[in-house]
Amino acid sequence: MSEKVLMKGNEAIAEAAIRAGCRHYFGYPITPQTELAAYMAKRMPKIDGVFLQAESEIAAINMVYGVSSAGLRVMTSSSSPGVSLKQEGISYIAGSDLPALIVNVERGGPGLGGIQPSQSDYFQATKGGGHGDYHLIVLTPASVQEMADLTALAFDLSDKYRVPAMLLADGTIGQMMEPVELPAESGCTVEKPWAVTGTKMQRRHNIVNSLYLVPEELERTNIERFERYAQIEANEVRYEKFMTEDADVCVVAFGIAARVSKNAVIAARNEGIKAGLIRPITVWPFPKKAIAEAAKHVKGFVSVELSMGQMIEDVRLACECTRPVSLCSRVGGMIPSPDEVLESIKKMNGGLK
Amino acid sequence: MITDEAKRVTVFCGHYGSGKTNIAVNYALRLSSLGKPTALADVDIVNPYFRSKDSENELRDAGVEVVSLPFANTNVDLPSLPSQVYGLVEQRVRYAVFDVGGDDRGAYALGRFSPYILEENNFEMLFVVNFYRPLTRTAKEAFEVMREIDKVCELPFTGIVNNSNLGDLTDEDCVRRSFEEAQKLSDLSQMPIRFTSVCDKLTDRFRGDAFFPIHLQSKFF
Repeated sequence: MSEKVLMKGNEAIAEAAIRAGCRHYFGYPITPQTELAAYMAKRMPKIDGVFLQAESEIAAINMVYGVSSAGLRVMTSSSSPGVSLKQEGISYIAGSDLPALIVNVERGGPGLGGIQPSQSDYFQATKGGGHGDYHLIVLTPASVQEMADLTALAFDLSDKYRVPAMLLADGTIGQMMEPVELPAESGCTVEKPWAVTGTKMQRRHNIVNSLYLVPEELERTNIERFERYAQIEANEVRYEKFMTEDADVCVVAFGIAARVSKNAVIAARNEGIKAGLIRPITVWPFPKKAIAEAAKHVKGFVSVELSMGQMIEDVRLACECTRPVSLCSRVGGMIPSPDEVLESIKKMNGGLK
Repeated sequence: MITDEAKRVTVFCGHYGSGKTNIAVNYALRLSSLGKPTALADVDIVNPYFRSKDSENELRDAGVEVVSLPFANTNVDLPSLPSQVYGLVEQRVRYAVFDVGGDDRGAYALGRFSPYILEENNFEMLFVVNFYRPLTRTAKEAFEVMREIDKVCELPFTGIVNNSNLGDLTDEDCVRRSFEEAQKLSDLSQMPIRFTSVCDKLTDRFRGDAFFPIHLQSKFF
């Protein structure tokens, strides 16, 4: 049998996490990410790992906090309402400078919303989500292969910078099946001298904590953390450019919206319209330079999203409002069709006021 | 393979993501094209997206009655079953094709209909397997899933459907390489291989009764 297998996006995340050395998974079922937990439930006992269905999402994220404190690769996953519940824990993990992987396979919101796909947790993922000054490294897969590849990358980046990472997927990418080549076995390559692993009476004990009694110390810690964020913004931006070199109209889209947009860009080119696509793979850090570069020659941008317009704000900021930015979106579990995106491209090409 | 002697009830069970829905939809279309009054029963209580309901228009146009959950493809996440399924197993008028949810969890839903199906005793209970799925890479692993399903749904298997594929990357070699594991599964389970599915583009490579050509829905992403 070949090396490639046919997997659901959710399963690909789970298997890739295991191959990246993650042996601790804490979760709680919610559509449309349940296959991830179900896969972990089957696999973890066979490899001496821990699968634990917690009593709630809040419990699960705090179990992640605990295992990460002990220096091990650990993850949790959920979908939009469940990720909202995790926000307090995520803030504590960020405030304790711990690596961890949080997966959000988004569904429609707000509130209980629905079980169909969505990208409307963009603000929550990229602008904080919980309280306090912090960022997550946010990766947005657009295929089952990327579900696997970005899971491995998320663990690496998270360990390297001691910043929690989020895989921000949508229900469609989670549910769809595609052939995938699973990443090789790997594991953490950085030292974790801060981990709470027992002193064996040979060193001072480590403390993992987000509480600082002295204001000056908390300020210093925040500033130091933002220096790491600056390094991430300088070194870890990832995106894909598609036919942007001579583009008059630049579409910006990630995840499932980018797949639809790519087809729309091809359709536009076939009609003689010079369209291109920038697909952010990291949405924090956002590919600001790529957008700014494109702004030098495009008439305008079209932000294609499964939300009422969230990423569009980052596109506007990145081009410093030097070009018009329009929104093409569907919400509530709907996905924009290639024709709808093409229509938006045509409007922008004709000139927007 | 699918001849005039088709059983009145055909049930497709198998591992999660093995391709039961695609097979069931194509099988129902085939029965209908042979002039048999056919109904497709969607009793999948596990899968939220990519359901047989996606093919509803095509099925209805071909004269296949579609019995699905009123909530299928909506935002309601309610694992209920359509009451019309009882009509299919009690009245014994139309040919019935059952699209069952994956694994033992999905097969639970079948249990309540099993007594009717057993009593009539005119059924095929087929295990759909894709050896390119990561948890059923070998005959041994697939057999384990088969036994788990067998335990919960109280309907004995009668055959195997080899649906080994790699999605868009499926080629002739990919199908051929699955024959060995399929035969091993047949030996292990002592069940015949009813057919091997072949997607549109490969139908001229695999001819004869052992193969079943299937048409897949196109995606816009």
